[in-house]
Amino acid sequence: MHSIQTRPSKRRGGCTNFGTCQVYGCANFPDMMAESFHKKALARELRPALSKDEALAEANRCLFCYDAPCMKACPTHIDVPLFIRQIGTNNPGGAARTILSANILGASCARVCPTEVLCEGACVLQDQHKPIQIGPLQRFATDHAMAVHQKILTPGSPKAGSVGIIGAGPAGLSCAAELLKLGYQSVIYEAAERPGGLNTYGVAQYKMTPEVALAEVDWLIDAGVTIRCGVTVGKDISLSELESRHDAIFIGVGMGAIPGIHIDGEDLPGVWDGLDFIAALKRGDREIFEVLRGARVAVIGGGNTAIDVVTQASRGGAGKVWLLYRRGREQLSAYAHELELAKDAGVELVLHAVPHRVLGPARGPSPKMSRVSGLELGRKLPDGGEKLETLPADLVIRATGQKGAKLTAELSVRVDGGKVVADALGRTSNPRYFAAGDCVSGGQEVVNAVAEGQRAARTIAEEVLGKLGGAR
Amino acid sequence: MADLSVEFCGIKSPNPFWLASAPPTNTGDQIMRAFDAGWGGAVWKTLGQPIVNVSSRYSSVDYAGRRMMGLNNIELITDRPLDVNLREISEVKKRYPKHALIVSLMVESRREAWHDIVRRAEDAGADGLELNFGCPHGMSERGMGSAVGQVPDYTCQIVEWVKEVANTPVIVKLTPNITDVTFPARAAEKGGADAVSLINTINSVTGIDLETLTPRPSVHGASAHGGYCGPAVKPIALSMVASVAQTVKIPISGIGGIASWQDAVEFILLGASTVQVCTAVMHHGFRVVLDMIDGLSSYLDRKGLSSVQELVGLSVPRYQRWEQLNLNYRVIADIKQDKCIGCGVCYAACYDGAHQAIAVRPNDKGRSTVEILEHKCVGCNLCSLVCPVDDCITMKRIDSFGEERLPWTEYSKNPSQHPHVRSNRHDQ
Ligand SMILES: Cc1cc2nc3c(=O)[nH]c(=O)nc-3n(C[C@H](O)[C@H](O)[C@H](O)COP(=O)(O)OP(=O)(O)OC[C@H]3O[C@@H](n4cnc5c(N)ncnc54)[C@H](O)[C@@H]3O)c2cc1C
Ligand SMILES: Cc1cc2nc3c(=O)[nH]c(=O)nc-3n(C[C@H](O)[C@H](O)[C@H](O)COP(=O)(O)O)c2cc1C
Ligand code: SF4
Ligand code: SF4
Ligand code: SF4
Repeated sequence: MHSIQTRPSKRRGGCTNFGTCQVYGCANFPDMMAESFHKKALARELRPALSKDEALAEANRCLFCYDAPCMKACPTHIDVPLFIRQIGTNNPGGAARTILSANILGASCARVCPTEVLCEGACVLQDQHKPIQIGPLQRFATDHAMAVHQKILTPGSPKAGSVGIIGAGPAGLSCAAELLKLGYQSVIYEAAERPGGLNTYGVAQYKMTPEVALAEVDWLIDAGVTIRCGVTVGKDISLSELESRHDAIFIGVGMGAIPGIHIDGEDLPGVWDGLDFIAALKRGDREIFEVLRGARVAVIGGGNTAIDVVTQASRGGAGKVWLLYRRGREQLSAYAHELELAKDAGVELVLHAVPHRVLGPARGPSPKMSRVSGLELGRKLPDGGEKLETLPADLVIRATGQKGAKLTAELSVRVDGGKVVADALGRTSNPRYFAAGDCVSGGQEVVNAVAEGQRAARTIAEEVLGKLGGAR
Repeated sequence: MADLSVEFCGIKSPNPFWLASAPPTNTGDQIMRAFDAGWGGAVWKTLGQPIVNVSSRYSSVDYAGRRMMGLNNIELITDRPLDVNLREISEVKKRYPKHALIVSLMVESRREAWHDIVRRAEDAGADGLELNFGCPHGMSERGMGSAVGQVPDYTCQIVEWVKEVANTPVIVKLTPNITDVTFPARAAEKGGADAVSLINTINSVTGIDLETLTPRPSVHGASAHGGYCGPAVKPIALSMVASVAQTVKIPISGIGGIASWQDAVEFILLGASTVQVCTAVMHHGFRVVLDMIDGLSSYLDRKGLSSVQELVGLSVPRYQRWEQLNLNYRVIADIKQDKCIGCGVCYAACYDGAHQAIAVRPNDKGRSTVEILEHKCVGCNLCSLVCPVDDCITMKRIDSFGEERLPWTEYSKNPSQHPHVRSNRHDQ
């Protein structure tokens, strides 16, 4: 529970409990200042950039392990010891080449990967030492490469054959980049205004801002990747049109929106889809910061999305945040390190909680800025019974798993529970359709989508395009 | 992309990175794996008469928390049968025709013995020969290795014998355990050597076990002097390579402490046209070459050079005798106050260890604020070397003595004429 009491400051224009005071209506805290303060708090990086000295010292700690566990733990198998050695020998450009040759989104992965359970979790330096900071070192190298406009990839000699890619998320981008390296053209069709998928719209702001995600996509566009944004396949362009334009189709549509929870009051303004909420925060939407400021927020879910929502709501200016989960602590699927982060942000866990009803009326100057009157929920008791409680929530956010992209159901491929059925090589039940990323896995990490998108591109090249034959 | 391939006294190699004759080149299997990893060439572990090795052979010097700054060994030449080595040499050459395969040799100082081993190595398919006149232990006591390399006349003599029968290029590997390495280098050239390589290992004792009183490495309670190599020896090797580059006309293969592409570039700039590596591979395996290749290639691109060849020796003209340096050039230390973290390390160094040219006072953060006393600073660099912050102390040029070049050779003709003789006496 928040127990911070705010004393209006004696000093002009200052306050000792910066960021919580507006809950209690501190008059010294102008609205505009609060908004920019919370935007900054939200974007304050979890793992800031390393200075050159720090990077060198860290790189020189690496043991250059044989058959390195860190490399095996990376889904894209970046040659971690090599790129770290290259940083150590003052060759950050070479380090970036090593990274990008295995993982074209190495810059965003450096920031968003859950390294604790991947490379850094596998580093041999654990007990007597600390694991090497592989993520920040990777960022050091890729930041350098971006800053000096190093080439992100070298296109292969042009060959005949073209692929239509649906979705400019990590999977689609990785597929397009790999095809380009192999010499094949592709066009990515993206429904959203901006490319990047969840990298741009979904990843927690304190890990990566949309600016970084978009700069990375621009880097790919400069290298020759073609993206058409604002084009929804199935609406602005039909699947049959796509089939007539391209030799093969790659599906990288992700998992879409978060499903409804089927309770009364769910349609009230003031009840949010977690992804819309994160996207609005990341856009820096003024209204959302305003409605959030000081609000009491109930978030429903127990996975990594829910954790991201609570932490960002809290950093973004909420007065109180509850995380409602229907089962016990052990069943929470969120990573332990992310849960710690949420707790550090002052989030309260409410376990064995089932939401029953969102209480109206919803009030506010506009639907987006409306607040509800509370959330009624049941707490499961050990004897199997239930105790009714009411949380004085102003906002309710649904943050359970995603349900599957809308387009998925319309595809002429086998689908199972909102997911496209595809094998490890990206093959679907339809020989012209390939798929990878979240829409197949149901939701993993960016780095998995990159690895799978790249793998699918190679399959497409081998099984479809390669058979067309000839140079372009 | 720059061209990394080189031709070293007629021996072609896809890149200038060779494995030095040492444990990493013990067997054909190792050398083939090394070629697969990216190495351009390899010098086979020295062949010669059968020997036996001791057990416990290496010791090392760790420095500041890092392992093996320097490595010491009391190993001898190959302990595998000659015919096995020769068979594997043919095999490697057959499977890797484009890589450079040099065979290192060391036999007793008899003409027939040398003729015989040269013929056998060449028959096996060697692209070139390296005469090991450098090994400082075990072999030298038997009149071989550095015992030959330390006497220029012997060096010349044996090279002549070898050249009588050799059909492939002959490289002479020099020992650093000598007062002036240019003497044996000249002797090798005179004897007809096609190239020289240096350095072999340096006589050393890395340390003593303070409990047992035995120097390391211990062989049943005793030890012998070993050969030192690894990062610690690089500065010595660089200076020797540079001196040799100024003395002989034949190409040089640089060896000693090379662990990164930067180290390699330094050797090349000082006149080496190939480089050889041992310790870095003994520490980290063959894969270290990946960074060497990538780093060298990016460096050449960055410098706008199209081949390694263009880089060879570019720093040699800038490596001069002291008396040629310009006495009219002066620098003084310059502290970037915004970078300074107030550790006072520069002050302690200058005050106690140099010229008392830094002033210090405590600041409001409880740290030290330091300031250069320009009139006392002699421009020795020490503070900039000890400062823990990159680019915090730099040396800036001041031209108080004018633009004209003044080497010692001119100066010594009439010292009293020169202004800074007076200005350096500011203490009086
Ligand atoms: C809240 C949240 C936080 C996350 N945080 C992390 C993290 O910190 N680290 C991490 O590694 N992973 C994280 N992930 C997971 C990661 O974002 C995904 O695994 C990854 O983005 C999947 O990539 P994708 O390309 O398969 O799908 P997406 O990124 O979802 O991209 C799919 C794209 O397809 C487009 N699309 C959909 N339908 C159509 C259509 N009909 N026509 C055209 N385009 C269409 C969408 O607009 C979207 O741009 C997070 C996920 C969420 C939901
Ligand atoms: C264990 C060991 C054995 C060596 N054996 C030989 C040898 O048989 N012949 C030879 O010419 N040099 C030998 N050397 C010397 C190396 O070839 C090389 O000249 C020296 O190690 C310096 O290079 P480095 O600093 O890269 O190790 C040996 C070095 C070591 C460490
Ligand atoms: S496991 Fe750790 S120490 Fe070993 S190579 Fe990887 S990062 Fe370096
Ligand atoms: S490095 Fe290998 S050969 Fe040497 S002591 Fe260890 S196990 Fe034995
Ligand atoms: S050594 Fe460098 S950082 Fe330390 S006091 Fe001197 S100038 Fe400042």
